Amino acid sequence: MQYHFDFTWLATYWPVFVDGAWMTVRLIFVGGVLGITLGIYCAWARALGPKILGYPVAVYVELIRNTPFLIQLFFIFFGLPSLGLRMNEVEAAMLAMVINLGAYSAEIIRAGIQATPKGQFEAGSSLAMTPVQTFRHIVLVPALQKIWPALASQVVIVMLGSSVVSQIAVEDLTYAANFAQSRTFRAFEAYFVSTLIYLALAILLRFALMWLGTLIFSTRRRAAR
Amino acid sequence: MTQFTFWDIFSNLLLATRWTILLSLVAFVGGGVLGLILLFVRIGKTWWLRRIVQGYTELFQGTPLLMQLFLAFFGLGLLGINVSPWAAAAVALILWTAAFLVEIWRGCVDAVPKGQWEASASLGMSYIEQMRHVVLPQALRISIPPTVGFSVQVVKGTALTSIIGFVELTKAGTSLANATYESFTVYGLVALIYFVLCYPLSLSARILERKMNAAHRH
Amino acid sequence: MPLIDIDALHKSYGETEVLKGIDLHVEAGEVIAIIGKSGSGKSTLLRCINGLETINSGAISVGGEQLVEDELHLRKLRLKVGMIFQQFNLFPHKTAGQNVMLAQQVVKKRRKAEAETKAREVMDRVGLGDKFDSYPDQLSGGQQQRVAIARALAMEPMALLCDEVTSALDPELVGEVLQVVRALAADGMTLLMVTHEMAFARDVCSRVVFMHQGRVHEAGPPSEIFANPKTPELRAFIGMAAA
Repeated sequence: MQYHFDFTWLATYWPVFVDGAWMTVRLIFVGGVLGITLGIYCAWARALGPKILGYPVAVYVELIRNTPFLIQLFFIFFGLPSLGLRMNEVEAAMLAMVINLGAYSAEIIRAGIQATPKGQFEAGSSLAMTPVQTFRHIVLVPALQKIWPALASQVVIVMLGSSVVSQIAVEDLTYAANFAQSRTFRAFEAYFVSTLIYLALAILLRFALMWLGTLIFSTRRRAAR
Repeated sequence: MTQFTFWDIFSNLLLATRWTILLSLVAFVGGGVLGLILLFVRIGKTWWLRRIVQGYTELFQGTPLLMQLFLAFFGLGLLGINVSPWAAAAVALILWTAAFLVEIWRGCVDAVPKGQWEASASLGMSYIEQMRHVVLPQALRISIPPTVGFSVQVVKGTALTSIIGFVELTKAGTSLANATYESFTVYGLVALIYFVLCYPLSLSARILERKMNAAHRH
Repeated sequence: MPLIDIDALHKSYGETEVLKGIDLHVEAGEVIAIIGKSGSGKSTLLRCINGLETINSGAISVGGEQLVEDELHLRKLRLKVGMIFQQFNLFPHKTAGQNVMLAQQVVKKRRKAEAETKAREVMDRVGLGDKFDSYPDQLSGGQQQRVAIARALAMEPMALLCDEVTSALDPELVGEVLQVVRALAADGMTLLMVTHEMAFARDVCSRVVFMHQGRVHEAGPPSEIFANPKTPELRAFIGMAAA
């Protein structure tokens, strides 16, 4: 049997893919910004904060890193309502992504903080800065700069991982492929198209993040010289 | 409708965990073997073969595992092979695992200092002999912690096979959640079981790495 | 016929020419010091002789074996000439003894017992007979460098190339390595060494080669080179080295 690939249905269904890709982009934008922010706070708590904060954060980080994102998503969307926490599917997806990226970026950023030379902290305190001020003004930016490539990779990984949010009916890029294949019965072609779009998104996202990195860090470095 | 007790749920989940473990092992071992073969191509001397393997890893690392599972499931079907979700899951996970392991291992080979290549070359060793006696033994040592660490990703990756209909821990969880309306308990337990599977692996990866940094030798 | 024969050797890295036509002939038993500023091309010259760098033009032969860049010929050449590196480059996953035995077994296909006898002999020769089962990171820098010398000697080369073998050592460890090199010279080993140890070059070497900007600028016996430098560049260099 010879199978003939058929992409003619794309003429009708391409807007579904555009909408889906746009949803994926929005998800990773919110998830990325809030997730990294959460990660910075958690990294601080783990590396420099009081033990009473550091310990629960460690538990959170380990729990997230050692369970599948899909289960985290299901737990938030299906499990939390029984505690009275109800949200729509897009909110649930965003929350899951923030929590997930928060845990991973906490570990990455913590490594950056711990690689900071001790003299930087001493310089801060010798200028009568509080530990939090030292962290905020002296330690944080060079630490982020050091681990920025790893952080960028993690954001891309979370974006690719977000393809499972279609399982709670978020209308993302994977949902678009599911929808198209259920109408056209061209399953392979439908998933092929969305795979290519994911690949393009991953490359673009990586470029965007690296560009953002040079924007943030190079100007700082130049100013410091 | 049958009534499920907590222990019914728990034992059903545990039974399904076998398949998660089995699939993880198949993916990890299969991916390891394929990864090793690709590694030799990746660090080999033929530039266009190297490029192909590089493209392979970039493709699998730049697209969602879920898409790879769908493509394997429907793609193998197109070839006229009657695919079970189990076969599609195994194939996709092996390919995915191999792509990541090649990159991890290549990094380990690159981490062996240039002086080791030069010293062994100056003693008259051929490329294969250098690899076999000098470079790979050192790369192997460096590679153990990140490889163990990656096994956690494999176990978690198997959760996605539930979406193409393979019945493992996650799929059993969704079925039980639908049957019992106890989503909080069910998904909490599922998460707990994954944690019990993954955390020892994460922990040993970390301990191994610390050990290696403390005393890197032999 | 000279043991090491270098004719019109040219070597470039991209646009920069590092060796601009080197002619050098080394007879068996000669001990030659190559001196010069960093960037003068002296290390590159040594690495070319061993085939660690690809050359652009010219010819090199050691003991009648031409430098041809394929694995088989390189192997034959490298069996004739050993190399000692600035950073020792011992294999960290093997003991000192295994370091010395490995290439004997793999390249020379010696049996284990035979390789071990040879290894113990050369380890004794560098004064480390008691460190046979130590791992490199249990040895001092000077001891590691002596193991590296033993490792090269075990292959029974006709000549040894020494690339700044004491530069990475703490000052108090330099002496023990130089002592081993001095003993090798006394035994008649052909040595070609890049070095900053001017006193050692004056004492031990039969000939000193001064390299400047990719060329052999001046060469001769140490008494002449050090006492009576002819070119201003060499005078400046010796003045600097003395200061």
